Amino acid sequence: MMGAEFVALSLTPMLIGTMAAIACALPGNFLLLRRQALIGDAISHVVLPGIVVAFLLTGTVAALPMMLGAAGAALLCVGMIEAVRRMARIEAGAAMGVVFTTLFAAGVLLLEQSDTSGVHLDVEHALYGSLESLIWLDATGWSSLLDPVALAGVPPELPRMALALAVVTLVIGLAWRPLALSTFDEGYAATLGLPVRALGLGLVMLAALAAVAAFDAVGSIIVIAMFICPPAAARMMTDRLSRQVGWSVVFATLSAVVGYTLAGYGPLWLGYNNSVSAAGMIATVSGLILGVAMAAGPCRRRAGAASAV
Amino acid sequence: MIWQALTFQLGYNATLVAIGATLLGIASGVTGSFLFLRKRALVSDAVSHATLPGIALAFIVMVALGGEGRFLPGLMLGAALSSGLGLIVIGWMIRNTRLTEDAAIGAVLSVFFGAGIVLMTVIQSMQSGRQAGLESVLLGSTAGMLRADALVIGAGGALVLLAVLILRRPMLAVGFDPDHAAVTGLNVARTDLAMMGLVMAVTVLGLTTVGLVLIVALLIIPAVTARLWTERAEVMVAFAGVAGGLAAYFGAAFSASAPGLPTGPIIVLASFTLFALSLAIAPTRGGLASLLKQSRFRRRVHRRQGLLALALGQPIHESFTLALLRREGLARADGEPTDTGRAAAAKALLDEARWAALRADPAHGLTATRYDGLTPIETVLTPDQISELDRHLPRPQKVI
Amino acid sequence: MMGPDAVSRQRIELASSARQRQSAAAPPPALAVSGLTVAYGEKPAVFSVDMTVAQGTMTAIVGPNGAGKSTLLKAVLGLVKPLSGEVRLFDLPLSRVRDRLAYVPQRASVDWDFPARVIDVVLMGLHRELGLLRRVRPEHLDRARACLARVGMEDFATRQIGQLSGGQQQRVFLARALAQSADLYLLDEPFAGVDAATEKAIIAVLKDLQAEGRTIVAVHHDLSTVRAYFDHLFLINTRPIAAGPVAEAFTSANLQRAYGGRLGEAQVAGMQADGVQGQDTIR
Repeated sequence: MMGAEFVALSLTPMLIGTMAAIACALPGNFLLLRRQALIGDAISHVVLPGIVVAFLLTGTVAALPMMLGAAGAALLCVGMIEAVRRMARIEAGAAMGVVFTTLFAAGVLLLEQSDTSGVHLDVEHALYGSLESLIWLDATGWSSLLDPVALAGVPPELPRMALALAVVTLVIGLAWRPLALSTFDEGYAATLGLPVRALGLGLVMLAALAAVAAFDAVGSIIVIAMFICPPAAARMMTDRLSRQVGWSVVFATLSAVVGYTLAGYGPLWLGYNNSVSAAGMIATVSGLILGVAMAAGPCRRRAGAASAV
Repeated sequence: MIWQALTFQLGYNATLVAIGATLLGIASGVTGSFLFLRKRALVSDAVSHATLPGIALAFIVMVALGGEGRFLPGLMLGAALSSGLGLIVIGWMIRNTRLTEDAAIGAVLSVFFGAGIVLMTVIQSMQSGRQAGLESVLLGSTAGMLRADALVIGAGGALVLLAVLILRRPMLAVGFDPDHAAVTGLNVARTDLAMMGLVMAVTVLGLTTVGLVLIVALLIIPAVTARLWTERAEVMVAFAGVAGGLAAYFGAAFSASAPGLPTGPIIVLASFTLFALSLAIAPTRGGLASLLKQSRFRRRVHRRQGLLALALGQPIHESFTLALLRREGLARADGEPTDTGRAAAAKALLDEARWAALRADPAHGLTATRYDGLTPIETVLTPDQISELDRHLPRPQKVI
Repeated sequence: MMGPDAVSRQRIELASSARQRQSAAAPPPALAVSGLTVAYGEKPAVFSVDMTVAQGTMTAIVGPNGAGKSTLLKAVLGLVKPLSGEVRLFDLPLSRVRDRLAYVPQRASVDWDFPARVIDVVLMGLHRELGLLRRVRPEHLDRARACLARVGMEDFATRQIGQLSGGQQQRVFLARALAQSADLYLLDEPFAGVDAATEKAIIAVLKDLQAEGRTIVAVHHDLSTVRAYFDHLFLINTRPIAAGPVAEAFTSANLQRAYGGRLGEAQVAGMQADGVQGQDTIR
């Protein structure tokens, strides 16, 4: 009975949350090392206007137009940041602040001005998603995993997120060497003939893909947490890139599973009836993990700084 | 309707709100420009997002004590406490771990916001109805703002401006060159702390008007806009205040004029419009101006290189150079110089020779650093100095 | 792009083929720069530079701070976009000779806190061989270790790069370039901020490379070692000042022209004397 309830109510959101967390953490590792952690912040904000515009153009909330809209917005955002940075000759951080707040404001305004009452699209949803609602009503227990009829009823976010995770993993795996090389030493990579600009842009696009896919389930702020916290915690654990990425996957999974469980059952254990926001809890847990890693991780300090003391 | 709103004819409350918002806009533009000069613009994003758990906790505490949960000064206190904690965490992360500032900002921003959202859902489950409106701190809403709230915001904005007036010198010094400021006896850490305190104050004041997700725009965009118009820090700060005030005033008035126009996004878009206009037309650092400057510069380089090639009888490889020289009647299509071209070429060569002599002469140390291959020597030396220089030229050359 | 159009390219092609006919036996120069101007904003860092480096030579690019030395090197490598001018390497455009070049950037240009070991950095030098997916085989590791051994760093292969001293980091960068087994080595301030032992080790490796017939071009800031380390000199201060064999070009008059008021007559004389001494100690 417990199993049936778990499969129907918790398994799919937990899986979706986990896959979203991993899909964001993977490109997050490279963004972190490139000191572009806040690009993830910018992208996750501009997903909203992209989705709203796609909705206004097509009138539906179908997955593909939303994806394309969000990817377009991410591209526009990166292009605008670069343009503002160069034309106004200001630092990247300030340029980012100008662009993503403007695009987000435009998205909010469009959303408020258009009639979206019939569809599941509002600002709060965009900010913190609705992981809890992605339940699998057709499931009657673990056996449903083998039942084609029941499987047909899984929330569409599940296969969508799985596909996004597969694409992100595949691309990172394929482009591992050039990505690592250009992240470490862009000038040298360019002299080897690597397309460093395309690599940088491709990484941002990959992050955008992860953000768009995850956005629907977990909302934009939690996407930022997964871009940054698991990779940052992983950096405290090891001095090798491949191991760092491995650790970040572990931490992302842990954040999602523990966070979801705490959100759903934590209040019950404390004697309250209602659950709390799963997305918010996942972000909080990822922050706690980062806190522990920063306090006790074996590689938490800069090597140079440690020897200088 | 919009005209009425802009001229304060929508009633006492709307007028009060617009004035309060304008003061807030000025305060945030001014404060944000110090943050921008210190190159820490995005710290404000973490500051604003980190207010959420404090707001929610303050609400919970006030309700638990039997008070009104939406009491604005109470919420502001909670917001200030938790964003202050966020700032402390960012500082600790940068000092004690290998993480860089961007990662620390992003981590604090998202984790604090996530925790805030958890607390918001706790509030939702406490007692329905009571929390109605607390979401407005996310995106701001002046609709239904109390007169007391508008007064708090206006007075707070004025206080921030006063503090900036007092602290402007140390904050500018630290923004320009922190090491030098430290050597002159300024306490850099304390100045930074004061600056972040002001940023926090603006954020907290802006919660109900602009909302915590977008207040960062009001701190960054006016400052960046002002930077386009001037190379002087004090002027920039004043400009930023004007830009922020204008944007906030338009935004508040505009959103009061029609339902369903959230204040925060309107203010941000008004701010961006000012920025985009400035980027297009600002004479100092605007986009149009720098495009023109760049192309003029490129032509100067090519003309000079072409002339030198002509003078030395070398072929001109670049088609752009040749086209430029032809257009100005300095060379023919086959790359041979015209008479004017020959004269200009000789002049360029002489200029180079004089520069070379000048740069080899220790007596001209400082002047020599102005060499850029393009500046005619007459612009840096007097005729007397030039004829003195000519005496040292290896082979005296005549201007044709 | 600022590149020459078809007409002028044809002209250059003709010019270069004429050059080849002229000296059919002589190999093309390792590096030929003509009319190169690079500007940051409104200030040219390098103005109208012509430069030729013959194969098998060891050239120092020397000039005062801010004279455009590193910019010249970066423009040669295509890392900064020139305002005008052309670069040819072994008489070919850059895109066709990438596998014959090795670049040693300034040590400070990367974040040494990056999660990588010394051997990982050296393996980056084999990137054109390894490509995207080819596995790192024992022979690759052996070659990377051999390159480390050449710079005396074989014991540090599994060390995290952030734990190295400045001189050790510079030697790792050189080892990475060695792994490329290139024909032209372009080094940006290889001796900046390194210890004496490292400087000695690096110059020994560079001399070996030259003995193997490879070409070395290095941005160099230390006038006192020019004579001992290099056989050719390219003096620059935004404009080229002097070029040629060290014996001819490294004169106090030329240095005076490059450094202007920043160098006294006595200083120059002292440096040249030091240079001779340096030569003695290195040989």
